[in-house]
Amino acid sequence: MNLRVGRHAVLGEMEAGRPVTIYVDGEPVPAREGEPVAAALYAVGIRTTRYSPRSGEPRGPFCMIGRCTECAMTVDGVPNVRTCLTAVRDGMEVETPGRKKP
Amino acid sequence: MNLPLETADLVVVGAGPAGLCASLEAVRAGVHTVLLDENSRAGGQLFKQVHRFFGSRHHGAGKRGFVIADQLAGECRQAGVEVRLSSTVLGFFQGGELMVDAPGGVYLVRPRAVVIATGASERCVAFPGWTLPGVMGAGAAQTLVNVYGVLPGRRVLMAGSGNVGLIVSYQLLQAGAEVVGIIDIADRVGGYEVHLERVAREGVPVYLNHRILAAEGTGSVESVLVGDAGGGKAYRFEVDCLCLALGLSPLVELAAMRGCRMVYREELGGFLPWHDAWMRTDRPGVFVAGDAAGIEEASVAMEEGRMAGITAAEELGLLSGGRAGAKRKAVQRRLEGLRGGPYGTGKLAAKVSIHGD
Repeated sequence: MNLRVGRHAVLGEMEAGRPVTIYVDGEPVPAREGEPVAAALYAVGIRTTRYSPRSGEPRGPFCMIGRCTECAMTVDGVPNVRTCLTAVRDGMEVETPGRKKP
Repeated sequence: MNLPLETADLVVVGAGPAGLCASLEAVRAGVHTVLLDENSRAGGQLFKQVHRFFGSRHHGAGKRGFVIADQLAGECRQAGVEVRLSSTVLGFFQGGELMVDAPGGVYLVRPRAVVIATGASERCVAFPGWTLPGVMGAGAAQTLVNVYGVLPGRRVLMAGSGNVGLIVSYQLLQAGAEVVGIIDIADRVGGYEVHLERVAREGVPVYLNHRILAAEGTGSVESVLVGDAGGGKAYRFEVDCLCLALGLSPLVELAAMRGCRMVYREELGGFLPWHDAWMRTDRPGVFVAGDAAGIEEASVAMEEGRMAGITAAEELGLLSGGRAGAKRKAVQRRLEGLRGGPYGTGKLAAKVSIHGD
């Protein structure tokens, strides 16, 4: 799935960073350097950023400005990182908290 | 725990329209000003505003929000404001220290004055399925699409017909999403006519007297069940995104933590720190401005920021009473102009009622 806007009616070509690869639960995901991790995930249709530890239900970004913490994931081994405020770096490893291992 | 402790004349928390303008006024009066923001870019929510502002030239009418943000941030840097980004203020203690989580580590700063310009957060309501991925604040959708160039979904239902709901609907259309409708539990559209006309021209239906019954889907939103307010008919919209534009609440945690007295005003978004017309809270040296002082528009936030910056500079001894008074009078006049319209009078009355509390 590709949800990137590309050319925008008002903004023109949406400026984006250099194409890089991040790893989400071990799977490679194309991303743009400097964009928030949560936006990179949304762009390829990954909307679940964690699973509720209580109910196991999926949760996804709600506010995109660092308030709701629904997008908190494990980034390069650091838990509870707000991915809407965390910029993509090449090779970043992102894990979905609460995900059942296949 | 031994953390590095800095001192400063003025710390402004939040680099949105209020914080940027507060910093500008203060630094121009000669105040050493540190501006903190947790984002990697200054501008606050102005960044996602791609529509042209109306109002007066003074508030950037005719310009798009992100252009105003860039200009204000540039002016701040040029005037000598120390802008520190990716810096989250974790706490504001009774002793007057702020705890800051910055890229270089956590530190404390004890300023002589603080302007709290932390803005607002989006409101939510609970309904079955409200936690499903794909249910998000309209502002979140706006951030995704306008700042990062990513669609929040291909088919979107908007809940809330205030200005945010109308503007974001239009912006989603501009970016290539389909907006299947705007619903509102009220019996009339909440936002300005001009914004309604834009979405109406694109053929987006507005369903008044309707509410969300449930968001449905496995893994993420696949449909939304909507019912008329009377409990009669129910409709199912096949969408992959439900945006909630239900209003904003002031972000008041830092003020509360510092012990500022709180008041409640429905018209201004709920709880907010008590403040006077000069944006002083009941704590000495603690000011508040912008949405954190009650939800209004970006142009009001700019003027409140100026008011706070001017008064802080005066209290720090860098502006004479006469100069500060003249500057405040000009700001006051512009604020009255901004709040003079039919949408502003309720806000103005609520603001005035706080000062007397």
